[in-house]
Amino acid sequence: MESNIIIPAGEIKIAVEGLNLYYGHKQVLKNINLSIPEKKVTAIIGPSGCGKSSFVRILNRMNDLIPEARVEGRVLIDGENIYDKDVDLVALRKKVGMVFQKPNPFPKSIFDNIAYGLKIGNHRSRAELEQIVERSLRQAALWDEVKDRLHQNAMKLSGGQQQRLCIARALAVEPEIILFDEPCSAIDPIATARVEELIHELKKDYTVVIVTHNMQQAARVSDYTAFLWLGELVEYDRTEKIFTNPANKMTEDYITGRFG
Amino acid sequence: MKVSVKKSRKNLKSQLAQFTGFLFLRLAVYSVLFILLYFFYDIGHQGYRAISWEFISQVPKRGMTEGGILPAIVGTFLVTLITALFAVPLGMAAAIYLNEYARAGRLTRLIRLSIRNLAGVPSIVYGLFGVILFVNLLKFGTSVLSAGLTLGLLTLPWTITASEEALKSVPDSYREGALALGATRWQMIRTNVLPYSIPGMLTGAVLGLARAAGETAPIMFTGAAFYLPFLPRSLKDQFMALPYHLYIMATQHHAIDKARPLAYGTALVLIVFVVLFNLGAILLRARLRKRWRH
Repeated sequence: MESNIIIPAGEIKIAVEGLNLYYGHKQVLKNINLSIPEKKVTAIIGPSGCGKSSFVRILNRMNDLIPEARVEGRVLIDGENIYDKDVDLVALRKKVGMVFQKPNPFPKSIFDNIAYGLKIGNHRSRAELEQIVERSLRQAALWDEVKDRLHQNAMKLSGGQQQRLCIARALAVEPEIILFDEPCSAIDPIATARVEELIHELKKDYTVVIVTHNMQQAARVSDYTAFLWLGELVEYDRTEKIFTNPANKMTEDYITGRFG
Repeated sequence: MKVSVKKSRKNLKSQLAQFTGFLFLRLAVYSVLFILLYFFYDIGHQGYRAISWEFISQVPKRGMTEGGILPAIVGTFLVTLITALFAVPLGMAAAIYLNEYARAGRLTRLIRLSIRNLAGVPSIVYGLFGVILFVNLLKFGTSVLSAGLTLGLLTLPWTITASEEALKSVPDSYREGALALGATRWQMIRTNVLPYSIPGMLTGAVLGLARAAGETAPIMFTGAAFYLPFLPRSLKDQFMALPYHLYIMATQHHAIDKARPLAYGTALVLIVFVVLFNLGAILLRARLRKRWRH
């Protein structure tokens, strides 16, 4: 395990310390230590089954849904351990938004999809809702395509539009961190390019963590890259360093396509 | 070499096997259909002659050899209503708990297994259990209430199972999506699971109720009366019911020849009652589905 960079304490958004994750008796993540910087894009790469999806699902405690999942170690977000007993999961998940592998719009209107996270939270006026929906859709570069049909069912959108809708939906609750779990694996290349552009925009305001098994994508969108292999963190460094001069032989083999 | 795609002797054997296979399957379907259609024809044909406005609006007269079956229609309707009010909310709640809250483990598996097994318990056993619990222990007496609750117990396993299937058909991505936006578990269920599973739940519930409406054994000890020429005035009254009335007319009546046409009429009314119920379920589902169409 090599983490070659030291991120200054003031820039750390997420600090993972001695993290172990088990599904039943199977250990999925092994002693992970890494710090994710604020307002940067951090990519998690590695072959299928290496634990990268499990890793991001640690960060908003979505693994809690899996009954046999067990977590050891600490995950500090802004210095607070999110695995402490007194953590409010609702507040955590509002702070740490997530975009899933397959676009998962709800079978409601476009407007209601975006407003979902706001409606279940505190009450807001219709005008306020409308304003936030528009802002979120603009941020996700979807506004122009859907502004005339906000009350149409979101299931009717194309796959790429659906994924941008899901991004807008996550943005609407004003998170600080956005997790992307292979956001482009189910959409076409043009839609992928748009999502990547979007991720690039987002890092101005948000801390982004993206899981991908597309190495070019990691190279294109991220500032930092972590390479996971069989549940272990093999290397973590600036993206340009990982892709031009990796310290570890295994990383080099992986990014040059020799295995994985 | 170019291979011909025309039928030839070479694959005659597999063609023959396919033909006989399908023939067998087709015959199976036709024979089931034939039995069912004949059954409906017989009851429809014979029952139709007994049906008149008097038959459905009058009480039985002259030792049930004349008059109508109004008390049985009203009785079956009331009992089914009690059954619905008891079993549908309880069944849905149990299903929501089992599917959304209960941790998957040995206990949950055991509970599920028990529910599946309860669905197979003979209805007469429910009837006797109803006598002990509702009639005697809770002192509801032989009444509409006792019979309705007994039928409710009978339909619960079906209602729970159907509701659970409906909940399972909602994709997990709706649940994850809601939770990831900061919904509590109950908010997630209320806004993103129930709306999409309620059509399925109601359909299952109505089918269970239609079955309950046709049951005889559970009500004959708990509230159904042999002969009551008036309508029940409270939930504590005894009542007449279509299936029990039919059973009596067909097998227990002293003047078989006079009772037979009335028995057919009763059977037809009961079948129409059940068909209307199922039709209602189908319409309800179509309506709700449309509202949440993807």
